[in-house]
Amino acid sequence: MSAATEPGATSSRTAAPSSSTRNATSSRKPRRSARRRAEARLGWILAGPAFVVMLAVTLYPILQAVWESLFNYQLTAPDDRTFVGLNNYLVILTDSIFWRAMGVTTLIMVITVAVELVIGFALAMVMHRALKRLRGLLRTAILVPYGIITVVSAFAWFYAFDTTSGFVNSWFDWVPGISSDLNWFAETPTALIVIMASEIWKTTPFISLLLLAGLAQVPGDLEEAAKVDGATPWQVFKRVIVPNMKAAIMVAVLFRALDAFRIFDNVFIMTQGSAGTEVLALLAYRTSIGQLQIGMGSAISVLLFLCVIVICFIAIKVFKVDLAPAQGGK
Amino acid sequence: MLTTKQRIWWALGTVAVLLYALFPVAAIFATSFKPSSELTSGTFLPSSPTLSNYESILAGDAQELFLSSLRNSIGISVISTVLASILATLAAYAIARLDFPGKKLVLMTSLAVSIFPVISIVTPLFNLWRTIGLYDTWPGLIIPYMSLTLPISIWTLTAFFRQIPWELEQAAQVDGATTYQAFRRAIVPLAAPGVFTTALIAFFIAWNDFVYGISLTSTSAARPVPAALAFFTGSSQFEEPTGAISAAAVVVTIPVVVLVLLFQRQIVSGLTQGAVKG
Repeated sequence: MSAATEPGATSSRTAAPSSSTRNATSSRKPRRSARRRAEARLGWILAGPAFVVMLAVTLYPILQAVWESLFNYQLTAPDDRTFVGLNNYLVILTDSIFWRAMGVTTLIMVITVAVELVIGFALAMVMHRALKRLRGLLRTAILVPYGIITVVSAFAWFYAFDTTSGFVNSWFDWVPGISSDLNWFAETPTALIVIMASEIWKTTPFISLLLLAGLAQVPGDLEEAAKVDGATPWQVFKRVIVPNMKAAIMVAVLFRALDAFRIFDNVFIMTQGSAGTEVLALLAYRTSIGQLQIGMGSAISVLLFLCVIVICFIAIKVFKVDLAPAQGGK
Repeated sequence: MLTTKQRIWWALGTVAVLLYALFPVAAIFATSFKPSSELTSGTFLPSSPTLSNYESILAGDAQELFLSSLRNSIGISVISTVLASILATLAAYAIARLDFPGKKLVLMTSLAVSIFPVISIVTPLFNLWRTIGLYDTWPGLIIPYMSLTLPISIWTLTAFFRQIPWELEQAAQVDGATTYQAFRRAIVPLAAPGVFTTALIAFFIAWNDFVYGISLTSTSAARPVPAALAFFTGSSQFEEPTGAISAAAVVVTIPVVVLVLLFQRQIVSGLTQGAVKG
């Protein structure tokens, strides 16, 4: 992740205690290095606890998962734990269930991110151009889906589309293919549509806020100049706005892609993975927590982790994404 | 001044955004007021609205399940947010103000942790927690929640702290304030909003957790609301818990809406901190 820079790194560093003006007294050299050492020590005293906690809650468990993935280990028969090397991985990677979950997860990731980018851009444009009076109202509204619990969103969409309790079927029965007895959650494509709708609704606000911040970076005079030269709104968008906020777009896409790849809540609530909607995170959960197959579940967890790293690596190396700006995707 | 045409476009755009953002919330809100006889009516609004669903989760059958999970959710989310805020404030102060080897490492670690798939650490934690007795306890969730709340807090606060004009502290000292007074009077008022905003965002993330919640708890001793919602059952086995779940969903959404109404400006600036740079 070396391509990333620190947040706000371009802002001027102000008043670092090591600034040489402060110790302009005698015996400069030894004092400065002593000061540097003291500063380094203070830095680690302050930042150390957070650093250690972060490693303790992620690095340690993932190493544990790597270790346990090498065993045939089931909690139902803990004493039968035997070392099997990479056999768990071999079993998973030759199992069509895994590849199907991988396909569904990737499909969800690609479609949701693409749709979110379009809707997110539209929302960002409306907020960016909005009159001062409306801006607060629009931002408040858009933050509601952001703040809502994903599980609540899942239930809201599930109940709306549910055959017995929902209103969607009776509202839209004039649409070809929709009738009052259409069971959305019985077939893979329709179930995935509702799952993705909930995911998109809940997470688009985040992407649109990142894009809004990017829009603020586009120089207004460039837009004006393009308009004066007779460019159509679409040309302005394509030639002026998008190139000038490419960094913000890339970051928003990468963060949402990583987040979408971990999709779990919506699928768990709506289908529990039935009707061919099983995703990787749910497969890992069912294997280890549901069936107590710790060895096999750990191996799936490690593979999921590797997938995230690969996506990151591709984004940084191939698309040259500067990871720094975005945070807080959920 | 706007032309009439522009006005109409703005009105339409605003209505579209409001509909997008609020319609699903309105749907579950409407469902929560439906009596059980109307849950299968297929209409949007209840024809005879009732509070019985709220009664059932706050005073009735589902009370035990819902209120204990609400207590767990609030307690666990608040504690992990406070802990993360304290640790992150110290770390972000060091990163923003001090020059020490490895500060980039701390930032990169927080970035790496924030993209970490939660499900990957659930399996080992599940096993470990059962062994050492943290399974189904508050600390058993507070500790892993740090993987959610700490990285975002460090990252956002560092960006906030970098914008603070730290010279003010020295200026105050030149004017005769002690080191503590200078910090207390000049820096704390500038830093506090950033810490508060960061804590708010961290709280949203902890409040939203589902994976840890269902994997590392088994009873009402520690199960938070999102996990409890997934285990709601109807008052009899033949009844769908639709009404009760909708009412519970509305209750846990109210604090979110209130916080968003009060602090939308801060939340937006916190979420986009650093995004405007470069």
